[in-house]
Amino acid sequence: MNPLDRLNVNPFNNDKDFAGCSIFGMMNLEGKRFSSKDPVKAITNMHDRSNGLGGGFAVYGIYPDFKDYYAFHVMYLSRDAKEKTDRILAYYFNIIYDEEMQTRPANVIDPPLMWRYFVQTKKNRPANLTDDEIVLQAVMRINTETGKAFVFSSGKDMGVFKGVGFPEDIADFFCLDDYEGYLWSVHGRFPTNSPGWWGGAHPFNVLDWTVVHNGELSSYGINRRYLEMYGYKCTLQTDTEVLAYAFDLLMRRQRLPIEVVSQILAPPFWDEIDAMEPKKRETLRALRQTYGSLLMNGPFSVIVAHHGEMIALTDRIKLRPMIAATKGDTMYLSSEEAAIRLVSPQLDKLWTARGGEPIIGRVGGKKLIELSQKTEAQQK
Amino acid sequence: MKSYLPADYTVVRDEKKCIRCKACVNQCTYDTHSYDAEDDIIRSKDENCVNCKRCVVMCPTQALSIQKNPNVYRENASWNYEAIKDIKKQAETGGVLLTGMGSDKPHLTYWNHLLVNASQVTNPSIDPLREPMEMRTYLGAKPDALDLELENGDISLKTKLTPQLTLETPIMFSAMSYGAISLNVHESLARAATQAGTYFNTGEGGLDKTLYKHGKHAIVQVASGRFGVHSEYLHAGAAIEIKIGQGAKPGIGGHLPGEKVTPEVARTRMIPVGTDAISPAPQHDIYSIEDLRQLIYALKEATDYSKPISVKIAAVHNIAAIASGVVRAGADIVAIDGVRGSTGAAPKVIRDNVGIPIEFAIASVDQRLRDEGIRNRASLVAAGGFRSSGDVLKAIALGADAVYIATAALVAIGCTVCQKCFTGKCPWGIATSDAWIGKRINPNIASERLVNLLRGWNMEIKDMMGGMGVNAIESLRGNRLHLRGVGLTDTQLKILGVKMAGE
Repeated sequence: MNPLDRLNVNPFNNDKDFAGCSIFGMMNLEGKRFSSKDPVKAITNMHDRSNGLGGGFAVYGIYPDFKDYYAFHVMYLSRDAKEKTDRILAYYFNIIYDEEMQTRPANVIDPPLMWRYFVQTKKNRPANLTDDEIVLQAVMRINTETGKAFVFSSGKDMGVFKGVGFPEDIADFFCLDDYEGYLWSVHGRFPTNSPGWWGGAHPFNVLDWTVVHNGELSSYGINRRYLEMYGYKCTLQTDTEVLAYAFDLLMRRQRLPIEVVSQILAPPFWDEIDAMEPKKRETLRALRQTYGSLLMNGPFSVIVAHHGEMIALTDRIKLRPMIAATKGDTMYLSSEEAAIRLVSPQLDKLWTARGGEPIIGRVGGKKLIELSQKTEAQQK
Repeated sequence: MKSYLPADYTVVRDEKKCIRCKACVNQCTYDTHSYDAEDDIIRSKDENCVNCKRCVVMCPTQALSIQKNPNVYRENASWNYEAIKDIKKQAETGGVLLTGMGSDKPHLTYWNHLLVNASQVTNPSIDPLREPMEMRTYLGAKPDALDLELENGDISLKTKLTPQLTLETPIMFSAMSYGAISLNVHESLARAATQAGTYFNTGEGGLDKTLYKHGKHAIVQVASGRFGVHSEYLHAGAAIEIKIGQGAKPGIGGHLPGEKVTPEVARTRMIPVGTDAISPAPQHDIYSIEDLRQLIYALKEATDYSKPISVKIAAVHNIAAIASGVVRAGADIVAIDGVRGSTGAAPKVIRDNVGIPIEFAIASVDQRLRDEGIRNRASLVAAGGFRSSGDVLKAIALGADAVYIATAALVAIGCTVCQKCFTGKCPWGIATSDAWIGKRINPNIASERLVNLLRGWNMEIKDMMGGMGVNAIESLRGNRLHLRGVGLTDTQLKILGVKMAGE
């Protein structure tokens, strides 16, 4: 038998492979902005859940001086792509300000050229399109037509920063210590089903929607084909992209509340639906009949954010971890409890998310909305 | 005229084992065996044997063996025996060669070139014996979006969905008409569908009054002959299917010879006893897509919009555009029957040469409907030659909502695919309207065999889904990333929308 004090020694001096991504979300429910210190510290603590092939941050409330303009973050894998992209952008928008994104040398791999644009839509445009629809169209065109350019952030007063490296190195690279936001969602990546490249890192974004995701969608093939019917083109070679588009389709375009969207992405089982009272049964049955192709199958836990709202959701049989906590006006979501405890040792509340049931934090809402009565009871 | 054709099979009898019980004599409906009392011996006429194996299975002492006649014409790769035989047959009769069942040509099956995915490491596989695995499928038009209201945490639904069929397994029994098959088979299919939570299709011969109690699990067919179609029949079914075509014989109609039109068949079909029941090639009130729309809505009106309307078409070259038109004409379900689809009787040359494989039809129709943004408006049912749960799963992954099986169901209750259904003398009691032979199917036993088959296939599909890390069939449907091709060309892969193995 091994003596106990030898158990932790790895004779080959290499790290054991830990499979799984890390996700972390932190939000001030009063909308007060804070620095990158805590989010970076927390995600660094989950270093072993990623493997250096992707990390990223979504930060809300970072461009108060430009908050009326769409902020585009674009990565260019070739100079030529920038010319094409500039032409597309000029076609759709007035470019208010643009610059190369501020970066510093850091421990990241082959960073592409990063450009930031603040744009507004033009006055003369088709009447039937909203500003958001025009942005969506421009993003889809740039991502599919230029070949080497990818818009990785396209919302107002928010931004995504991501790339190939550990999340703490990505923070360093993008000089995130210079930014403040009221909502940070963070991702450390361990890619398994798609290549590790700059566009494939999380968060995924369209307009002001962002998704960080731990898991693998075994339903990706059909999720993607369903979304393609509504004009979403998946170009980033990873399954998480469909989550961002699904939230955009359901919440922004079809205006469904998150309480309904969670029942679409992670619906109850038929057995449970059959046992419900008639009105509820009919509703949930119709949801599954109509949106069955958007059921997200396979293991996942995600943090979805847009302005004013941060949502945690896991798959319906809860195959990936998700911990939630609050302390004062701050809400935390994390793959691991330790990461939360590290930045806030004394918490008001801490609990484990239940499969398929969303946890929602809203600015001004002051309290978290939980669908499950059971969970509420357990907390008490 | 002397026939130049040798017998296809020879009956080999082990005289030491034969106890002269005459089971074979009684069982063979083709008069192959006869008892010679003088010599106390059973003699066999090889030329009558169709190799249905009824006598072999029923012989209590295993004294019989049916073997391919080695004494056939010399064949080569081009002039194989089938080609030589067919020509001689036609030279002797001057007729169209008839056959039964689906095409037996090997080059038309593509399921064998598709392989299924499974999870390893990054995604846990799911054990269907211990965790939920959902197979429920709804067929019918779905809206693009739902109108919902949220009040105090309660969601209330404003949109009303059109009528749907509810399937507990994505497998239904395909159209087989009473007349082509015996009443006992119809009853077995009806009872099995009811028990398994799926549907059987009446075919174009109406529904016998005794089976109306299974109407909730019946899809009632309206075909070009309009046999057995009346108000009560339309109301009896859970859905109505307009039959435009059949995979085994696209472009042609059907012909139930007068000798099969017994008083019972005649009553159900609403035609005189002993008259030929001829289904014209087209429906004579449908010469265009707008005519189809009229019939779809006539049937919806006739049934107060209470049932989904299915339109069954054979998979032909331009199937994607045709299916799109059918959906736009208002069909809630489009059923597509591939080139390997089966039949009770069809000209052999048509069965083996007309139409396209169902694999390509499903793939191109599903993709076309998505490209046009109308995939939600109708469900897609695939038919034609499904031999195993593996075939079914692959069809669903390609984009079908459900499948129709017919040959597999008949095989489950006795059929040995001898391809002689058109003779009406099926020794297994299936493809016959002769009540004496029809008795060989006992609906108690046959329905149990059918339910067993569905249960077995259902469990196998669940096992494969669990392996993929998918626990609801809607996540498999149209999910072509779970398929890979082997031995396919780039063009074939492109049409199937499937990557090559290793990609």
